Amino acid sequence: MTKGTVSGVVSNMVTLRVDGPVLQGEICYITTGGDRLMAEVIKVIGQDVYVQVFESTRGLKVGAEAEFTGHMLEIQLGPGMLSKNYDGLQNDLDKMEGVFLKRGQYTEPLDNEREWDFEPIVKAGDKVQESDWLGKVEENHQPLKIMAPFQLKGVATVKSIVPAGKYKIHDVIAVLVDEQGNEVNVDMVQHWPVKFAMQNYKEKPRPFKLLETGVRTIDTFNPIVEGGTGFIPGPFGTGKTVLQHAISKQAEADIVIIAACGERANEVVEIFTEFPELVDPHTGRKLMERTIIIANTSNMPVAAREASVYTAMTMAEYYRSMGLRVLLMADSTSRWAQALREMSNRMEELPGPDAFPMDLGALISNFYGRAGYVYLRNGEVGSVTFLGTVSPAGGNLKEPVTENTKKVARCFYGLEQDRADKKRYPAVNPIDSYSKYLEYPEFAEYIKGHINEEWIPKVMKLKTRMLRGKEIAEQINILGDDGVPVEYHITFWKSEIIDYVILQQDAFDEVDAVTPLERQEEILDLVTAICEDEEHTFDTFQEVVDYYKKMINLCKQMNYSVYKSEQYNDFKKQVEEMVANN
Amino acid sequence: MATAFQKIYTTISQITKATCSLKAKGVGYDELATINGKLAQVVKIMGDDVTLQVFEGTGGIPTNAEVVFLGKAPSLKVSDQLAGRFFNAYGDPIDGGPAIEGKDVEIGGPSVNPVRRKQPSELIATGIAGIDLNNTLVSGQKIPFFADPDQPFNEVMAMVAMRAKADKIILGGMGMTNDDYYFFRNTFSNAGALDRIISFINTTEDPAVERLLIPDMALAAAEYFAVEKHETVLVLLTDMTSYADSLSIVSNRMDQIPSKDSMPGSLYSDLAKIYEKAVQFPESVGGGSITIIAVTTLSGGDITHAVPDNTGYITEGQLYLRRDSDVGKVIVDPFRSLSRLKQLVAGKKTRKDHSQVMNAAIRLYADAANAKTKLENGFDLTDYDNRCLDFAKDYASKLLAIDVNLNTEEMLDVTWELFRKYFKLEEVNIKKEFTDIYWK
Repeated sequence: MTKGTVSGVVSNMVTLRVDGPVLQGEICYITTGGDRLMAEVIKVIGQDVYVQVFESTRGLKVGAEAEFTGHMLEIQLGPGMLSKNYDGLQNDLDKMEGVFLKRGQYTEPLDNEREWDFEPIVKAGDKVQESDWLGKVEENHQPLKIMAPFQLKGVATVKSIVPAGKYKIHDVIAVLVDEQGNEVNVDMVQHWPVKFAMQNYKEKPRPFKLLETGVRTIDTFNPIVEGGTGFIPGPFGTGKTVLQHAISKQAEADIVIIAACGERANEVVEIFTEFPELVDPHTGRKLMERTIIIANTSNMPVAAREASVYTAMTMAEYYRSMGLRVLLMADSTSRWAQALREMSNRMEELPGPDAFPMDLGALISNFYGRAGYVYLRNGEVGSVTFLGTVSPAGGNLKEPVTENTKKVARCFYGLEQDRADKKRYPAVNPIDSYSKYLEYPEFAEYIKGHINEEWIPKVMKLKTRMLRGKEIAEQINILGDDGVPVEYHITFWKSEIIDYVILQQDAFDEVDAVTPLERQEEILDLVTAICEDEEHTFDTFQEVVDYYKKMINLCKQMNYSVYKSEQYNDFKKQVEEMVANN
Repeated sequence: MATAFQKIYTTISQITKATCSLKAKGVGYDELATINGKLAQVVKIMGDDVTLQVFEGTGGIPTNAEVVFLGKAPSLKVSDQLAGRFFNAYGDPIDGGPAIEGKDVEIGGPSVNPVRRKQPSELIATGIAGIDLNNTLVSGQKIPFFADPDQPFNEVMAMVAMRAKADKIILGGMGMTNDDYYFFRNTFSNAGALDRIISFINTTEDPAVERLLIPDMALAAAEYFAVEKHETVLVLLTDMTSYADSLSIVSNRMDQIPSKDSMPGSLYSDLAKIYEKAVQFPESVGGGSITIIAVTTLSGGDITHAVPDNTGYITEGQLYLRRDSDVGKVIVDPFRSLSRLKQLVAGKKTRKDHSQVMNAAIRLYADAANAKTKLENGFDLTDYDNRCLDFAKDYASKLLAIDVNLNTEEMLDVTWELFRKYFKLEEVNIKKEFTDIYWK
């Protein structure tokens, strides 16, 4: 293997003089004072290799030795990752010793000794390609697949496969013979370089299946789909993290991966503390069982922060190729972009807008492009749905990360300071936010079969009402309550009904926090009925206000009541009577 | 300072306003050196060329200055002897007392493994209702005051420090005026609290770059008491905006490309490294906590500036002070202030009605603000509007003002009293289970 010696240090960028070939992106370890520091090649000029070190370089001296590994940053994929807490380089945080993270301490991501109940899917003589399912094991009630090596070339023949039984991850479970006649031993562990997208599927069609999140402003108003992409920009204090946590708790996914990328450590601690106690509303099992956390908090090394989102995405793709529905959340992609900026700055590259690297847009679009709904070669389907938050500097959406993300993400959930100040949570702006999926004919077709034909037209009508309501609110502000016709007030208050009853949702209330689709359908119908009621006549604007305030109060009480309970039915009846009685 | 085995370099090849470069071998990154006795730190190594950042500035350094490398990163001697003492940015005593004996620890040490943290859950009582009632602080939290330079943030912070039941209070003063330094000194000694206070002070008279060491010094001392002694430690950092200004000076002199507001592109990480030292340790390692209360001065209340903006993304809330012209007192602004961790203690470590009472009072205070706008625009006020306005005055002077000193129970009782005085039961919108008990 190639060796190198340190010739320069500037913060976590180190120059090495090497004695042999190196890969762009290759991993090397630099030895200093007994510690081995992991680093990644980012630039090569002749014999000088620039690497970014994933740790503090304090005390590093010229002449220190480095050893190259021959591979890029890669992670291990296999059974045993669910409910684990990893850092950005896939070190198992629970296995680390001591209270503080020690420099140069790397831990095994998987458990080598644990035994798994393996069941073969193929038999000797079968032909297989890379990623084809050879067998299965169950982890936390998830049916995981053991696949043919991702690096396998061409079609191989199964020479032998072990019978059902207990095996460890490094036990050979199958022997394949490739096209050249070489025998390939297969165990349960795969390796994959995180910066490369897995393309082990037959086709990636436009996604169309609604991914239920239980959050009304998303599901009803701007739905996200299985394999879709979305982003949530918002200034601090507008509830990005609360919304993301709500989605990760409630979404109808098989696996949820949370990449805490450069954010507060206490927020990750909240997940550690709460998720083992909380129950998945779809399966009744503990939430933690289906969750993987990648924690690279803001005080952990910056270069590993950049790696963390790729590590998370690679895990998501791995589960997708088993035919599972994966939801990936990254909080926040801005911190990832800032990590790129810090390194670009140290390499003295010419800067792009706001000192971010010029290729920021390309990096963001490549990353979002890895999400998707796929048809596997065996006819099964899998998906990676990606939701990222963006923390725009000064809350200004005209900054490079937001703008570049907007070009690629199909859903936009813009959190608004003004709504947050008014405690209208979730503070997703109902006018500016969008879901491109509402325009997909595939999605409309799916909704027709899954809910009903009128769903999308109804939603679109309510969206128009929201826009109209906002315009009128501006006029009322200028002309005063008495300066506009009473009808204006009616239109305005109908938009308030939509806002209060559908869009606003109490993430901390046990009942209101999650609204199943069936219930959302009922609310949509009810609100539509209220809005389309043209029979009521009012003499003064005060009458309008009183009427709709009462209506809002009843609907909110209904939202707080257990679905179909006596209390719920009672409130619903009261609302319906109000609509019916002219 | 050189010992027999240390090599002395005497040829400096380059001098800028903040850095010196020379040819040297065997030098470690981040290592300290002295240049004619002035302290400097290695910031760049390229082959034999070593660049040193000189904390005091390079004025008066000759090209043949004596350079000695010390073989270690900036460090602090920690022991119980720290208590009650005042130090400069290098950790040297400035109170005329003897040098500290103890373990030498490098400052700016590693981060706590997130899985070894405990979710913060202990209330920190300050007696100020604008904080305890509306924005309750929790041990292990990090929270700044966002304040304009003319606001009495140092006074409020000193008050919080004196009232909080912390085992140790560590003050990190960056670019502090000499007057403010004496204010803190006098406040601490008058309160007879000197023995639990440790101060690291960089005043406006000291070189600006030196203050970059202050937070790390203060937090190294904090970690000693929290980790080894399992104590509850409160760290006060004032003012983080001057810290950030020094960062921008250094990055500018090192020819780095500035990002927003002339701040270095690494500002977020630099600030996060400091604030994330706030931690609650679990009982399994003996407990102990570090809570950080900081000050970020604003320019004309602008929170979109890079320093408050990045801070807001890092800290767990922020506190705003405001002069309430109706009562002529400085209050903790209930609208813009936020403690993100308050729900971990409100109603759990405090009385059950805490959250409901807090929300109801703020809502009514907001109604008063609306009534005030109506009044200013020349509209007629309803009876409810007038009652809201009267309530707001009482609420501001009896609870929000910073000179209030009550325990949480008393704060809740006072609020209930005001509710009863000005409103009808149905106007306060509080759950029946609480009105049954407290509405008497």
